[in-house]
Amino acid sequence: MVSAEAVWDALAEIPDPEIPVISLVDLGVIQSVDVGERVHVRFTPTFLGCPALEVMKHALEEKIAELGAEPEIEVVLDDSWSTDRITAVGREKLRAAGFAPPAPREATAPRLVQLQTDAFRCPYCGSTETKLENIFGPTPCRLLRYCTSCRQPFEQFKTI
Amino acid sequence: MNARSRVEVLLELADDELILGWRDSEWTGIAPLLEEDVAFSSIAQNEIGHARALYELAARELGTDADALAFDRAPDEYRCAPLVELRRLEWARTIARHWLYETADEIRLAVLKASDDPEVAGLAAKIDREEAYHRMHAEMWIDRLLATEEGTTRLREAIDELWPYALGVLDGELRLQLVERVRGRLPFDLPEVEPVTRGQHTEELRELWDEMTEVRRSAPTGAQW
Repeated sequence: MVSAEAVWDALAEIPDPEIPVISLVDLGVIQSVDVGERVHVRFTPTFLGCPALEVMKHALEEKIAELGAEPEIEVVLDDSWSTDRITAVGREKLRAAGFAPPAPREATAPRLVQLQTDAFRCPYCGSTETKLENIFGPTPCRLLRYCTSCRQPFEQFKTI
Repeated sequence: MNARSRVEVLLELADDELILGWRDSEWTGIAPLLEEDVAFSSIAQNEIGHARALYELAARELGTDADALAFDRAPDEYRCAPLVELRRLEWARTIARHWLYETADEIRLAVLKASDDPEVAGLAAKIDREEAYHRMHAEMWIDRLLATEEGTTRLREAIDELWPYALGVLDGELRLQLVERVRGRLPFDLPEVEPVTRGQHTEELRELWDEMTEVRRSAPTGAQW
């Protein structure tokens, strides 16, 4: 029988379909792995409308099947995933790829004034002289900022 | 809301989000500003994602699947509020509808988040995290419109027209909360009108339904997508 550790190692090789520099394990969307008769994986979506959801689910199933086990993927539809679950390694990979990592989740929902005034660091030059361009971006999980120091627009992960 | 069954509550919310998501997506490619094209496309994607998750919960109870609930019902079987059905390809009305809906939705989600049904409460909390960005966007627009005389006039005209529909999104105590919030935010009076409530449908829903379900209806029953 395959070990839970071997499953985790295998899942850590699956890239995020939209931002392949980071793995599904780095992203924190794998909640648990239980090895029994089948390999039961609890998986939480990032954003509910994320089109990569189905792709991620199939990638998980394929990877587990490659280990010779039968996959059972449970999609958890609750609030248990937060951008705080992105690992330290994951955050660094995002930054290196030009995506500013998300700010920590707070007790209350993020407010516009925070997005407009808080210091968000440019992933290219490190300056905090950046401004909000749009609270929406190319995918549900990202918003657009502009660095006034190096004059580079960049994408920031939304805090969820 | 307690008088309605769990499935009815889920379908009301899911149908609102699906139909509004569809309406929002009509701005893709033609919004008056590129930033708004991005915003409304993204909001549409979120709303339809919420609808899918809600349909999945309802489908488990009904022994069907999310696609069947989204596409295989007749237009009269949808439980959405008439507010989301309206096709308003005019910017001030789109913004007014967006803000009125998000304000009502926040009130409704707060109740669902406190539900003692853990699945409903969990999903409502997840949806609300995403809706926080929609509300920010809508509020930003209200500030922008109220900052000028022309903006205020156009917002007022749009609110006057949409207010009966907005009242119909919620009922009972929640409707009163909506009235209080909207009244507290706007510098002008709201018209005294009767709500256009859930259960009635506009002709615009029928047209949307024809378009939305066309591909699915054209394929044989049981086709795998």
